[in-house]
Amino acid sequence: MIINHPLLGPRDSSEFVYLGDACLLNRPDWQAEDALEQFIEYGHIRDNPAGLHRELWYHEQGDRSWLVVTRNTVTHEITSVELARDVALAEGRST
Amino acid sequence: MRYSGFRVIKEALTGHRGWGPAWRDADPKPEYDYVIIGGGGHGLATAYYLAKEYKQSRIAVLEKGWIGGGNVGRNTTIVRSNYLLDGNEPFYEFSLKLWETLEQDLNYNAMMSQRGIINLMHSDAQRDAYIRRGNAMILNGADAQLLDQKQVVEKYPFLNVKNARFPVMGGLLQARAGTARHDAVAWGYARAADQRGVDIIQNCEVTGFRIEGGKTRGVETSRGYIGAKKVGSCVAGSSSKVMAYAGMRLPIESHVLQAFVSEGLKPVLPGVITFGAGHFYCSQSDKGGLVFGGNIDGYNTYAQRGNLPMVEDVMEEAIAMFPMLGRARLLRSWGGIMDMSMDGTPIIDKTHIDGLYFNGGWCYGGFKATPASGFVYAHLLATDIPHDTATAFRLDRFHTGHMVDEKGMGNQPNLH
Repeated sequence: MIINHPLLGPRDSSEFVYLGDACLLNRPDWQAEDALEQFIEYGHIRDNPAGLHRELWYHEQGDRSWLVVTRNTVTHEITSVELARDVALAEGRST
Repeated sequence: MRYSGFRVIKEALTGHRGWGPAWRDADPKPEYDYVIIGGGGHGLATAYYLAKEYKQSRIAVLEKGWIGGGNVGRNTTIVRSNYLLDGNEPFYEFSLKLWETLEQDLNYNAMMSQRGIINLMHSDAQRDAYIRRGNAMILNGADAQLLDQKQVVEKYPFLNVKNARFPVMGGLLQARAGTARHDAVAWGYARAADQRGVDIIQNCEVTGFRIEGGKTRGVETSRGYIGAKKVGSCVAGSSSKVMAYAGMRLPIESHVLQAFVSEGLKPVLPGVITFGAGHFYCSQSDKGGLVFGGNIDGYNTYAQRGNLPMVEDVMEEAIAMFPMLGRARLLRSWGGIMDMSMDGTPIIDKTHIDGLYFNGGWCYGGFKATPASGFVYAHLLATDIPHDTATAFRLDRFHTGHMVDEKGMGNQPNLH
């Protein structure tokens, strides 16, 4: 698989480390009433879809940026690659 | 029809006209007591033990394609019980004991071959870890033997034991482990289940559950609605997809594991052998091909094929271990989809929906578990109580903190 890095262009996926579903960007609020339940969910429960999947890849052998890659888990086709930082900022996070 | 040596001779003399199909190609009935989703090794074994051990009837196995066409036909055929943790080892040892009598029980040649498995060790620390594992196995009634370098070389003289980076210092042997003919396991269970009245319904894909007031009524399928008192999902690889029909989300990611077979060679590898400095396992099939595999590719996927970086990685491990393999050609490689659970351990449990049961999360250890998985799942389905050897495989362990993490990797599925 070739991941089209937004800054570095097309890079082989073997340069990256895979973390998992991009829902991991949205860490629950630890002060919420149901924080325990939310963290159990956050840490363990996944949609695991057959089809489009937004996921986190870390460019360990490159610029060490975190990317949000949208990839089809049935065909391995990658349709979008964003910097995880940009995604988090767009969702209103401060960093 | 019972298979026997006498029968083979009789059929040979009479032109093989007496062999019938090994199982009926059943059509779905409107209702069953038990519907098992998934006609793989585990699903067929579940149906068989439900009928045989728990004397249940009106059982159907629903398979979206043909039976044995999933992971039971795609694995590297290794059978062993060399686990460490209390939650795992009694279960896998129970499974190995079932393997030892499986062919007589099923009246089917599954080519079970107890040729032994050796996990090679490459450091003092690894020796300590293997001693601990071996002791845990012995405490649970399994067999384990620590081999020094000389004993390993006697069995495998071609190993590169003097490798500067990963010298082979010895190994942990489980002599009762071995290999079995994977397809024959599915066929043997199918035939034996069919003889006990189980309906094996192929080309019948489950497309939904009918659940009323928190109680399971049946399943919607590509061949119409089928009513059922109890429904057991047994579709590792596609568990998230099927359980989503019941509105459930699971502690599972689907990953691809690749396997490989070389061209046929003369007998070189008397048993199963694993590389301790990486993740590589190899045996030789009766046809002569070296059957081997390594790690999962490591990203979520439902494609039954992997990518080249893992192929390269596995080949590097193969050559590090057996330099002589450099001249052998690779014949085929393929991929299978694994339910990678969050702690690397399977789940066999009831769900919060009455009458709906779940068996999955086998990571890449499903084949060896086939007999015990079927047995304990049948126990759970018939009695609503987990079998003694499977009490740790709970679905709620991620909520209660009772994870069974054999490798101690944490909740990162691609590291198990």
